[in-house]
Amino acid sequence: MNVLPHPNSYRTGPDEHGHFGIYGGRFVAETLMPLILDLEKAYADARADPRFRKEMDSHLATYVGRPSPLYFAERLTGHCGGAKIYFKREELNHTGAHKVNNVLGQIMLALRMGKTRIIAETGAGMHGVATATLCAKFGLPCIVYMGAVDVERQKPNVLRMKMLGAEVRAVESGSRTLKDAMNEALRDWVTNVAETFYCIGTVAGPHPYPAMVRDFQSIIGEETREQMLAAEGRLPDSLVACIGGGSNAMGLFYPFLDDRAIEIYGVEAAGLGLATGKHAASIAGGRPGVLHGNRTYLLMNEDGQIEEAHSISAGLDYPGIGPEHAWLNDLGRVKFLSATDDEAVAAFALCSKLEGIIPALEPAHALARAIDIARQKPKDHLMVVNLSGRGDKDLATVADYLQRCT
Amino acid sequence: MTRIDARFAALKREGRAGLVTFVMAGDPDHETSAAILKALPEAGADVIEIGMPFTDPMADGPAIQAAGLRALRAGQNLVKTLELARDFRSADQATPIVLMGYYNPIYIYGVARFLVDAKAAGVDGLIVVDLPPEEDAELCLPTLQAGLNFIRLATPTTDDRRLPAVLANTSGFVYYVSITGITGGAAPDTGVVVEAVRRIKRHTGLPVAVGFGVRDAGSAAAIARGAEAVVVGSALVEKVRLSLDAAGKATPATVAAVASLVAELAAGVRNARQQAAE
Repeated sequence: MNVLPHPNSYRTGPDEHGHFGIYGGRFVAETLMPLILDLEKAYADARADPRFRKEMDSHLATYVGRPSPLYFAERLTGHCGGAKIYFKREELNHTGAHKVNNVLGQIMLALRMGKTRIIAETGAGMHGVATATLCAKFGLPCIVYMGAVDVERQKPNVLRMKMLGAEVRAVESGSRTLKDAMNEALRDWVTNVAETFYCIGTVAGPHPYPAMVRDFQSIIGEETREQMLAAEGRLPDSLVACIGGGSNAMGLFYPFLDDRAIEIYGVEAAGLGLATGKHAASIAGGRPGVLHGNRTYLLMNEDGQIEEAHSISAGLDYPGIGPEHAWLNDLGRVKFLSATDDEAVAAFALCSKLEGIIPALEPAHALARAIDIARQKPKDHLMVVNLSGRGDKDLATVADYLQRCT
Repeated sequence: MTRIDARFAALKREGRAGLVTFVMAGDPDHETSAAILKALPEAGADVIEIGMPFTDPMADGPAIQAAGLRALRAGQNLVKTLELARDFRSADQATPIVLMGYYNPIYIYGVARFLVDAKAAGVDGLIVVDLPPEEDAELCLPTLQAGLNFIRLATPTTDDRRLPAVLANTSGFVYYVSITGITGGAAPDTGVVVEAVRRIKRHTGLPVAVGFGVRDAGSAAAIARGAEAVVVGSALVEKVRLSLDAAGKATPATVAAVASLVAELAAGVRNARQQAAE
């Protein structure tokens, strides 16, 4: 890894071409390029419009249920015997995850642009559910692309999306998971350019998506900042979040990037273990390449062919990572760790029993590493873990897993 | 002057449109793929596009996606694709070869090394779907410096304001994507396409080749009346698929299946302007 000189601020990216250092960019087919330029302009206009922010804040308060609480996890803290662990309770948002923060912003932008049809890709189904939910609220038709493998392992979310009026299209191409769902959504977009808005669920894709999704998710970190000041009279000492594409992590991290004393940890999915090659840790096991409109760390073979990711968590089962994370990794500002399927399931069970909170398998990866780190910290160390989603969707997966292992 | 420039100049002298054929490198296997390439010029192909397989071809429809996966499963990679080009070139000095695909395999191979090796293999031009003008510094400019053509796609969404940027560093020819969509998609409305080609010609003197959704001699001929060339891809790789045995292996019919469709398409394209004049 090349460690680059530290910039004056970590919050200046991307540049006008959508680059975070060498990462990011706009690697898309010409058909999409004019749309992406339109989107960039429309987003800049919306961002500068106080009415847009005001309307969004109103929906966030009355529909999403924000602010989400910052909760002191007292028994988990006692169990670890070190740092004071707080959870940012994103799982209490309407639809049960952080995804809704971003989708609300994008759907409002789609309406502002006069788009009449929404498409989305989804892995675990949480982004799909959030998109289906807001399309129902705003009366827009919604098509969600989901890998056939994920349709099978995340059935409750498929049912939720259908109940909300969305059409779920099972993707049978390639490895039939999240990356293929994204390919299929891009193919739909390129075919239905005029009326369609592509609502991307993470901080990846061509510029301006990584920055736009980060901005919409930054409310997580902004609230955390205020809430921690209110609770403890100071900022936290460390932040921990799981990373697939990395939107919940980016949302928590971004407002704290320039508070350099704060340790920031991103936790990737190590699947069956990094050494087995069956994982989804693109920073730990990948290298820079170009996919889905951006340059970032990717899992691939020596010929540049994208490899299938593996994780028990469908939401982390993606062979790439948002370009801003790639940049923050190279700068050394965010430290990237990983947790295996086994470790995530153990943390899932522990959190459920100690705190009465069933986390999604995605943040269970963050919890697994948070527990280790907390043990090594003094009792006055303040740690925030982003509890990015609730685990109802994963009960069948975890039950199967535990049965196989006993 | 590249072989591409020379070929379009020759077509102009002959007063006819050209046929550009796309097949996937290594589909269904390396040897059969080499034999298909060898058969194309005689069957009537004027320019040969060789697809560089990629796991995630986001602008391609099911036919070309499947062709790429067949090739990858049979062990194709970029090194072998360059070998195919070199083999073809050793027997045919005139027919232009264009490599078409996505950026990541080239980026991983290394841009500088790739351009040296592609040129040495007798490649004449590149089409890289996910590199719009906004990313010209990546590969387009180095390609032009290396003396190869970089052929850009123009699409129905490329309006008059944007066309100059798209055409600025394009050379060899302009590839007009006749529909908003993926390869092998809906058939284009030929009247609309002919008008679109006229619009592009107001901005450039380069030849225009039209592709996406052209699958038979009739549609090829209709488009050939208004453009310098017609590109056919999905229909050819479908011929490969349909010729395979139950295990997905090549059969004695594979090469002939592709060549015979190329011959039909070539006849359509060659007669198009003659018919139009009658």
